[in-house]
Amino acid sequence: MNWETVIGLETHVQLRTKSKMFCGCSTAFGAPPNTQVCPVCLGLPGALPAANGAAIGLAVRGALALGCTVHPKSIFARKNYFYPDLPKGYQISQFDQPLATSGTLSFVSPERSVVTATIVRLHLEEDAGKSIHDRFAKGTGIDLNRSGVPLIEIVGGPDLRSPAEARAYLQTLKQLLEYIGISDCDMEKGSLRVDANVSVRRAGETAFNTRTEVKNINSFAYVEKALTVERDRQIALIESGGTVTQQTMLYDAKENAVRPQRSKEESHDYRYFPEPDLPPLVLTAEFVAEQQSALPELPAAKRDRFVAAYALSREHATVVTSNRAVADYYESVVRAGAEPQAAANWVMTEALADANDHQEQLRVAPGALAQVIALVKGGTLSHQAAKKVFGEVAAKGGEPRNIAEALGLIQVADTNVVAGWVTDVLGAHAPEVGRYRNGETKLMAFFVGQVMRASKGKADPKLAQRVLEEKLAASA
Amino acid sequence: MSDAKAVADRLVKAKRLNALLTPPKDLRKSLNAQAAAARPTGVLYGMPVAVKDNICTLEFTTTCGSRILEGYRSPYEATAVAKLKAAGALIAGKTNCDEFAMGSSTEHSAYGRVLHPLDKARVPGGSSGGSAALVAAGAVPAALGSETGGSVRQPASFCGVVGIKPTYGRVSRYGLVAFGSSLDQIGVFGRSVHDAARVLSVISGRDPRDSTCEDRDSLRLPTVPESLQGFVIGLPREYFPPELDPAVRRACDRAIRLMKELGAAVREVSLPHTPYAVPTYYVIAPAEASSNLARYDGVRYGPRFNGAVDLRGLYRSTRGQGFGPEVRRRILVGTYVLSAGYYDAYYKRAQQMRALIAQDFRNAFDRGVDLLFTPTVPSPAFKAGEKLGDPIAMYMSDIFTVTANLAGLPAMSLPIGRIKGLPIGGQLIGQAFLEDEMIEAAYALERVVPETDEA
Repeated sequence: MNWETVIGLETHVQLRTKSKMFCGCSTAFGAPPNTQVCPVCLGLPGALPAANGAAIGLAVRGALALGCTVHPKSIFARKNYFYPDLPKGYQISQFDQPLATSGTLSFVSPERSVVTATIVRLHLEEDAGKSIHDRFAKGTGIDLNRSGVPLIEIVGGPDLRSPAEARAYLQTLKQLLEYIGISDCDMEKGSLRVDANVSVRRAGETAFNTRTEVKNINSFAYVEKALTVERDRQIALIESGGTVTQQTMLYDAKENAVRPQRSKEESHDYRYFPEPDLPPLVLTAEFVAEQQSALPELPAAKRDRFVAAYALSREHATVVTSNRAVADYYESVVRAGAEPQAAANWVMTEALADANDHQEQLRVAPGALAQVIALVKGGTLSHQAAKKVFGEVAAKGGEPRNIAEALGLIQVADTNVVAGWVTDVLGAHAPEVGRYRNGETKLMAFFVGQVMRASKGKADPKLAQRVLEEKLAASA
Repeated sequence: MSDAKAVADRLVKAKRLNALLTPPKDLRKSLNAQAAAARPTGVLYGMPVAVKDNICTLEFTTTCGSRILEGYRSPYEATAVAKLKAAGALIAGKTNCDEFAMGSSTEHSAYGRVLHPLDKARVPGGSSGGSAALVAAGAVPAALGSETGGSVRQPASFCGVVGIKPTYGRVSRYGLVAFGSSLDQIGVFGRSVHDAARVLSVISGRDPRDSTCEDRDSLRLPTVPESLQGFVIGLPREYFPPELDPAVRRACDRAIRLMKELGAAVREVSLPHTPYAVPTYYVIAPAEASSNLARYDGVRYGPRFNGAVDLRGLYRSTRGQGFGPEVRRRILVGTYVLSAGYYDAYYKRAQQMRALIAQDFRNAFDRGVDLLFTPTVPSPAFKAGEKLGDPIAMYMSDIFTVTANLAGLPAMSLPIGRIKGLPIGGQLIGQAFLEDEMIEAAYALERVVPETDEA
């Protein structure tokens, strides 16, 4: 039996603001418990919320980047439930009139090439505090530093067809949000959280079956695993004659398993109603236009531009634009005079590998990389030698040419010197010379390699080949 | 200024009314400190103002008349209180009230009922009964109360003092413990229109901490007018039903005649949706209350009660024992009307009705009426215990006051006579943010009405 998986993701993203959604407390991560709190985010009697304009601006940017319709008027609503880390007994969110609706996110699916998923809605809300269950022998600790931190919730449509596709969607969403600078999207710090609605159906069916919601996916690495486990559970259940019940499943990363949330913990009636402490959120056209103009070039547009302007392949352009810092770096290298394809090759290999080992720092200045590329192109450095120079510049800084000289890596382009090495090599390999002259011309690569070896890599390989060709022909 | 000791002495003398929740010792100590710190240039320099116990103060506990906040001391003070202090006023203790401002008699306080200053068998009205009683007893010239459906005007009427509820958004609610957030406003009691109005003027004005507070300057006090020439006073016929207490009717008729004599034009108007106001109010206010009172869970502050073995047990014992029966009743009603499947039938319809009630007022004002005049309450102060067993009868004493809260309009009560020694209040309802016109008319009426005479 062929099964199709249907997945929609609900993503919570912490907005990068200095202060909280409805008060002036700091949002900085990692402070001692309950030190970044005030009457408002503690939910003390009589305290009232006042919306943070910066958070609203960032949320609008997110909505615009996802192509959503941003509504001139949206409504804050109270979502009521009891939990010790929810100090007011309700969360201020948005319900039937969200900030934005009907957007899209295009991403490269590992199975279906480019997929355009719908974004159903995007709304603003505040975070709850944190319950700490494992710190105290008797009882639970409550840290309200996170209470009131601004979030957006991005609800994606049921458009994803496999766990791998869900991962690709989330990767692309994360990349987009990081690009526009509205969140650091760090799943480990909780600034990106994802819940998934999952159902399965037989291939060819068009109706949706009963879905479950998978929660507690708290690392990027677990997205695909958790959804695979839940998909397999549902398929096995149906194949053995059972039916899926609508419920919340919690993912346990240690066991790589899902378990149903206890029924006590769910089936909330949130009793949403409009938040009477906050007037409707009214956005002027000017405000929305300001947010639009604050948006940088988005990844997809940048990729297309790189393909057009620098004649890169789509694949190369995708890698080079994978994050904003890398894309900016690439363009600086090109601006410093490097040939675009050579620049892309260097950025995708040496630069990214070095950054990967050094906290994502691009350690070689764009001008220096352009110089390295120029030295290769001009025949001064072999590719191997250039990599060494790159590594030195990355580690110690300095001018690439000076470093190349200091390391004795400058290629020898003096015909007389190269001819000496050639003579030595030909003398040492008489049988091969014979075979070459009998038509086995592919041995040229062998001779060039030998010359490079004899010169300890310093011979200009093009010159060496020319001299070899001359000498092998001359003596024939 | 009146010195701190004299202020404290007057308040302590009124102790028998059970109107003040602050212990005399704490009161004396704080008043001394406040008097020493008060700004001599403030417009209320030295004026003692008692504050309802659902408004946060740094000086005293803020219990909202509830066991669930017994001993609770706010780490911050309400904007209105900060403004009073900045104007040189002295915060003269916290006044008893119905628990979380839910009630019309101040019998629903965990700290005992407040006595009517003129007849201890009767109630002072509510929920701001403590504030009204203290002002009526002469212990303070003014006091803060709060209104959700008439909790300043109704006790003002019962106690024979002036009570003003400003336009929704005129005074910051920051630090007023929420009951029905879309209806709540801090209001003011005074011995005279002037005392109430000048306190209102000080506490009014913009506050970035309250997003529902209008971005306006503080209220400018009008001068006392020579006449009411040019004023058109509307008399909504729904507020003068045939079954109205004849004595209340007589007092109103006399006040109307006096306003006419001062030059006001008087005209009958209709506010046709008035009969739906009380039911509408008793859906919206409890709905908001059910959410506003969710924070009292015993987790972060307030006392914890015995019997908690787990989280649900903690909630159950805290909320079951911490809240009194009227608060529990309203939380239940409010939770019900917001529940899935009932929201449209109750909460949504109530909001629609609220819009119609507000439209009634706009229609009347659009037809050239400046102010409305009505009785404040259908009757004088009732006896303690009389309506405790009948919540609906209790709720009906708000029948003439809830409309101004639903419509967000300014309204006030001032004494217009007595029935068998018990005060009767007349109500003026103004247009949004035109408190000055309303207060002007009240000044004029106050000068001519024989408020202590039998009507």
